[in-house]
Amino acid sequence: MDQAFVVLIQLLDSTIRLSIPLMFACLAGLYSERAGVFDIGLEGKMLAAAFAGAAAAAVYGSAWIGLCFAVMVSVALALVHGFASITNRGNQIVSGVAINFIAAGTTVILGQAWFAQGGRTPSLTAETRFTGVHLPFAPELREVPVVGYIYYELISGHSMLVYLAFFTVAFTWWVLFRTRFGLRLRAVGENPAAVDTAGISVTWLRYRAVICTGILCGFAGAYLSMAIGAGFVKDMTAGRGYIALAALIFAKWRPVPAMFACLLFGFLDAVSIRLQGSPLPIVGPVPTQFMQALPYVLTVILLAGFIGKAIPPRAGGVPYVKER
Amino acid sequence: MSAPYAKLPGWADYGLIPLINVVVAFGVAGLVVLLVGESPVEAFTYLIEGAFGRGQNIAYTLYYATSFIFTGLAVAVAFHGGLFNIGGEGQAYVGGLGVALVCLSLDGILPWWINFPLAILGAACLGALWAFIPAYLQAKRGSHIVITTIMFNFIAASLMVYLLTTVLKPAGSMSPQTRTFLDGGQLPKLNFVFDWFGASVRSSPLNISFLLALLASFLVWLLIWRTKLGYEIRTQGFSPKAARYAGIGETRIVLVTMLISGALAGMMALNPVMGDANRLQLDFVTGAGFVGIAVALMGRSHPAGIIPAAILFGVLYQGGAEIAFMMPSISRDMIIIIQGLVILFAGALEHMFRPSLQALFASISPRSGAGEAAGQKGA
Repeated sequence: MDQAFVVLIQLLDSTIRLSIPLMFACLAGLYSERAGVFDIGLEGKMLAAAFAGAAAAAVYGSAWIGLCFAVMVSVALALVHGFASITNRGNQIVSGVAINFIAAGTTVILGQAWFAQGGRTPSLTAETRFTGVHLPFAPELREVPVVGYIYYELISGHSMLVYLAFFTVAFTWWVLFRTRFGLRLRAVGENPAAVDTAGISVTWLRYRAVICTGILCGFAGAYLSMAIGAGFVKDMTAGRGYIALAALIFAKWRPVPAMFACLLFGFLDAVSIRLQGSPLPIVGPVPTQFMQALPYVLTVILLAGFIGKAIPPRAGGVPYVKER
Repeated sequence: MSAPYAKLPGWADYGLIPLINVVVAFGVAGLVVLLVGESPVEAFTYLIEGAFGRGQNIAYTLYYATSFIFTGLAVAVAFHGGLFNIGGEGQAYVGGLGVALVCLSLDGILPWWINFPLAILGAACLGALWAFIPAYLQAKRGSHIVITTIMFNFIAASLMVYLLTTVLKPAGSMSPQTRTFLDGGQLPKLNFVFDWFGASVRSSPLNISFLLALLASFLVWLLIWRTKLGYEIRTQGFSPKAARYAGIGETRIVLVTMLISGALAGMMALNPVMGDANRLQLDFVTGAGFVGIAVALMGRSHPAGIIPAAILFGVLYQGGAEIAFMMPSISRDMIIIIQGLVILFAGALEHMFRPSLQALFASISPRSGAGEAAGQKGA
């Protein structure tokens, strides 16, 4: 088979792997921010979930228990954010920053105290991870030219969480634009007073949105430490929460564009790993650092309004105070 | 809209509430220590001993505090203008480039006391430059400054890694850092001050940029509370609508505030780069830009509060090393937890204890209770 084609498929394959945590985190942010609660604590929730998932999976010997713990811890942190920003009407940005630090410190301290491996969790065996699943007929179709190869190499063989991420994109779209809850969620992010007038609790609605954020961040973290990784490593999110935030803005707070934004940023990541400083055909050698900075640069350019305008939900970041 | 909370006496507002918040943050941190299976009381003893035990330790504590005063002031100035500068980390990192450029080009030619002001200028200019772009985008293009400054932190990190691994590193060297500065690029230490008090300090990185930090605190106080510009910044921060009505140019204030903020963050680089390591290293900021957020929140954005808050974090950094040495299960990452908890309780949850405290004050003295009622009726 053509060498370039194989390389391309490998590149796209790692694109998918790298963009899944972004996709979960980005959709997580989408629920919260569409409801008017800014969340820059995605990074921290992901990190805490990655740790909790890997630790529980190692101790109880089950990937599913790990996933449960990942989601629980992430939701707990999300509720702290909710308590600070919804109930206490605190500054949402400050609260998000706080959660990032608490997660960064606690995961290392507890990891060291419980497992004594320098902040790592024990390596997970194949049974306690979410390893690749083969879609039906994948091996049989492998020999079919092009289509079969793509099906075998690119579409099949990922972990269950990868397919869940793509399903979540569609599900989020459906929830947001085809259900009553979604309508209210979007309304509370634009005009909470109107929602309140309609007799719907702004507080409860926003708490539910924040819980959705927690659940999805839990998946993102679990994917990092239990699917692509085999255990938790200190600071393993490495800024992915912020890239997810960038992707969310890039997608203008819509689920399907969010998927494409995450795939784009994942692709950039995959390309920079693949190149590792080797020269590109036309532009010559590109520093790895440039590729790493590209998602951030693109987001800044987008925010500056040079690639269309990203308008956040109108009530985002503003705590709701009932008229007295 | 009614004011959600009535007024407390000044000392309670600026002293008691921050104190309660910090104590609660430390309490929760103590729970983490318990969870790890160590004694919080013992850890606290090591913390104090490590931070104040000998002259040497105090000098280290103040060395760390120096960096945090700069970054704390940077965040505070932006807060006064209603802006959240989360990019202190990146601005300080790039500010280090300014220090290094001055030192690398002039350290063999000029003495330190000429290079010092030049390095201040270099650090401030590059720090301000790194804040300028997010400020411009906020003022002119309406992009959110929090997001852009976060993005600029990452861009700064990539940029500096690139520069340190290619241009700035001396030929033939493998480690990503500049050459060591000559005498003209090294700031004098303040160890002799400790000799006056009879405490001997063998070696400590405390240098004269500590005095610069104190001077900067005074100048920030002067700027914010005693000048027309400061008044305009506070007006803009308090109510952008009122500022517009009063004819204060929003674009100008956003730009100027962020330039000052970025310059202060950039000046933090003087302390580790010119004062201690005498070379530009990878990741020399080590989170000081983020500590600035906690310091500014704890110090209620006032220099008189920022200095003690910065010293408290200096205690945590220096004493934390002692804890990590005596209790291996509590590494210095504990500081990051405490930092996060302080940001949470002093920042995001600052209003949590207020209502109960107000009720308490109202029950103690009927006058303040009456005042509260009147305040609510008036609002």
